[in-house]
Amino acid sequence: MRNNRFIQAAPEGFLGSEQIKSVYAGRRGFMAGAFAAAMAGATAARAQSSKDDPNIVNLPAHTKGLGQGVAARGYGVPSIYEKNLQRRESPGLTAVSASGVSFAPLQGLFGIVTPSGLHFERHHQGWWDIEPDKHRLMVNGSDEKMLKKPMVFTMDDLMRLPSVSRFHFIECGANTGMEWGNAAVPTVQYTHGMVSCSEFTGVPLRLLLEMCGADFKRGKFVLAEGADGSSMTRTIPMSLIMNDEVLVAYGMNGEMLRPENGYPLRLVVPGVQGVSWVKYLRRIELGDEAYGTKDETIHYIDLLPSGMHRQYSSTQEVKSVITTPSGGQVLLDKGFLNVTGLAWSGRGKIKKVDISVDGGRNWKAARLEGQVMSKCLTRFNMDWSWDGKPALLMSRATDERGHVQPTYAENRKVRGTRSIYHNNSIQTWLLQESGEVKNVQLS
Amino acid sequence: MFSYRKFTAAVLALSSLSVFAQGSKIEGVGRTATANEVAAWDIDVRPDFKGLPKGAGSVAMGEKVWEAQCSSCHGSFGENNTVFSALVGYTTKKDVETGRVASLMPEAATPTRTTMMKVSQLSTLWDYINRAMPWTAPKSLKPDEVYAVTAYLLNIANVVPDNFTLSDKNMAETQNKLPNRNGMMTKHAMWPGKEFGGIAKPDTQGSSCMANCVTDAKVASLLPEHARNAHGNLAEQTRGFGPSVGADTTKPAANSSAEVKKAVATPAPVTKTAEKSSEATGSLKSADVSGILSKNACSACHGIDNKIVGPSFKEIVAKQGNKPDAVAYLTGKIKSGGSGVYGSMPMPAQSLSDADAKKVALWISQGAVK
Repeated sequence: MRNNRFIQAAPEGFLGSEQIKSVYAGRRGFMAGAFAAAMAGATAARAQSSKDDPNIVNLPAHTKGLGQGVAARGYGVPSIYEKNLQRRESPGLTAVSASGVSFAPLQGLFGIVTPSGLHFERHHQGWWDIEPDKHRLMVNGSDEKMLKKPMVFTMDDLMRLPSVSRFHFIECGANTGMEWGNAAVPTVQYTHGMVSCSEFTGVPLRLLLEMCGADFKRGKFVLAEGADGSSMTRTIPMSLIMNDEVLVAYGMNGEMLRPENGYPLRLVVPGVQGVSWVKYLRRIELGDEAYGTKDETIHYIDLLPSGMHRQYSSTQEVKSVITTPSGGQVLLDKGFLNVTGLAWSGRGKIKKVDISVDGGRNWKAARLEGQVMSKCLTRFNMDWSWDGKPALLMSRATDERGHVQPTYAENRKVRGTRSIYHNNSIQTWLLQESGEVKNVQLS
Repeated sequence: MFSYRKFTAAVLALSSLSVFAQGSKIEGVGRTATANEVAAWDIDVRPDFKGLPKGAGSVAMGEKVWEAQCSSCHGSFGENNTVFSALVGYTTKKDVETGRVASLMPEAATPTRTTMMKVSQLSTLWDYINRAMPWTAPKSLKPDEVYAVTAYLLNIANVVPDNFTLSDKNMAETQNKLPNRNGMMTKHAMWPGKEFGGIAKPDTQGSSCMANCVTDAKVASLLPEHARNAHGNLAEQTRGFGPSVGADTTKPAANSSAEVKKAVATPAPVTKTAEKSSEATGSLKSADVSGILSKNACSACHGIDNKIVGPSFKEIVAKQGNKPDAVAYLTGKIKSGGSGVYGSMPMPAQSLSDADAKKVALWISQGAVK
């Protein structure tokens, strides 16, 4: 069947942009045209297995010609065939893109690392590409006695210090927020795409505070502040700083941070919602009181059924989602399918992920793939054979603290439907007979 | 002044550096910040008003600054929600007395949440306007202008009178008038630490059941049909090869209601809920839902035959009534709101119970019979 799909528009030379377009158009038409026809095609391909595949017997140009030289592209970019995977906005979510969100295409990603160019974005007042030579980090106290001396660090200074590199997820507190009321958006990109995962390199914040002679007896809270127009501020939990978990980071996936992610310096606050990972970090203040910033008394507060708001709700709780099959996808055939997805918890490691294909009646433990790290995405897989009948697929994660991901009903019972933030409910995908997967919520 | 206690703390703190610096003191990295440098960047204002500069600004002065620099996004009275969420609205004199905003209660069914409904600290308004406003020219306002704009905001929200002047002297006093000053709580498990008197145990916990689990596996909410292509053609948002491809959402999908039923062919034991008993069955007439319609102010915007702000119920019947998943779709739309189906005027999310929403949806799907 796959062979069939590649028969059309098999190019004889390098593909021009028009040709690529026609390949895409042809393939789309093929896929969309009739799923039944595709199924029939698959059957035909199997039945006629004695027929030679032209992709094999007709040697393609890349086998018979000379390819391109080294450093043709000084900084490599993805294949031209990968252009469908883009970070995208959700129409109507925000009116101005400088105060908007773009979602990572989780449906097309493998393993646990998010390619830096596909990392989700959330900007409050636009992004900048800041000249690193001119960037400074200041550490001061809320009063003159909080530190022995307030200090200023250049990027040169910070990159001389002992560094650590750690894999962590970052998730916006409002990830899956559009789904609190009902199923609202079509794909996993929009339901869960405000989570990404990278290897971050930087200096533990505690080290910098200690270099300043911090009074940790009086200093109970830390304020982080950005250098951009919004000068984002958030109160950072002291416990995570004293554990050496909070990093002043400049590296991301082996390179410097991307501008959209805070180049040249951002805070990394593992397990805590993304708004606290202040980008373009310019200042750290140690203080004896919490700061009640805009994103602590107006936004990023969780409205409860009682009419009260939860303030300083920071931890991203245990959560998971199946990425294949997921909303908006069309399965090409019955039979074997690797069901795969991502799980994470802001309280530590993922201990277990269970998968149900019958709407939550029966569950089976999934395989956790590769390294399972604390406050990091964990990839899970499960062998499955689709019989072509409708199925309700769900994943349910448990973290090392024993916290089990709740259902929508369980979450809504306590948190209502108006919270916006901290929706870690179990996601359900309806796999229809047509092969198309639909976003649904169970009662 | 030298403090032995602090000195000891510093030594203890430094000793823990060993992990990173093998016990050696880090020297020659970074430098002491000058007083001017700290003053230039240390602009935060805390809830106890530490950091607040001296100054004052009147409502009248604020109105001038507002018209010139704020109203284009926020509207003359902070009511505009087309660029950002509205700043002002849905707070009352009573809220100013109690410090709790009544329109935040679920039964109030307030169509939006304004800044003034939520903000609990006056310091936040001052700090944020000072650091980030106006949006395209942040940090351009002088302290007196920040006081003035803050005063104007409080005035259009009926928190302070027209002749009011806000200053560093009366910020604390004015804090005691903020409508939602008592509306925050920190007793939860989502702050890693004990600073806010939080609790260790999360407020929700899923089940670990593995087989024959008690579940009411009914599809309560389906992605509405119009939302399938609302984010663009999904075929162009997924890799063109692999175990699956993206659906071409420019073309209609197969109807899914039959599949939904088949997916849960064998119903599991169902937990009886309180809502169950009130769940609607049979054919409904307007009298059956009129209580719900008036209690939730549906009738304010929708007539049975006539368009008011939103479409008439008959118009909804014409568009959705014949669809097999109409009840699920309409239930979802009532609960979550939306716009664009019948015009650009948005309908806010409604906070009526699931059972009530479903009852109204059922009534509409049956033709909105009088």
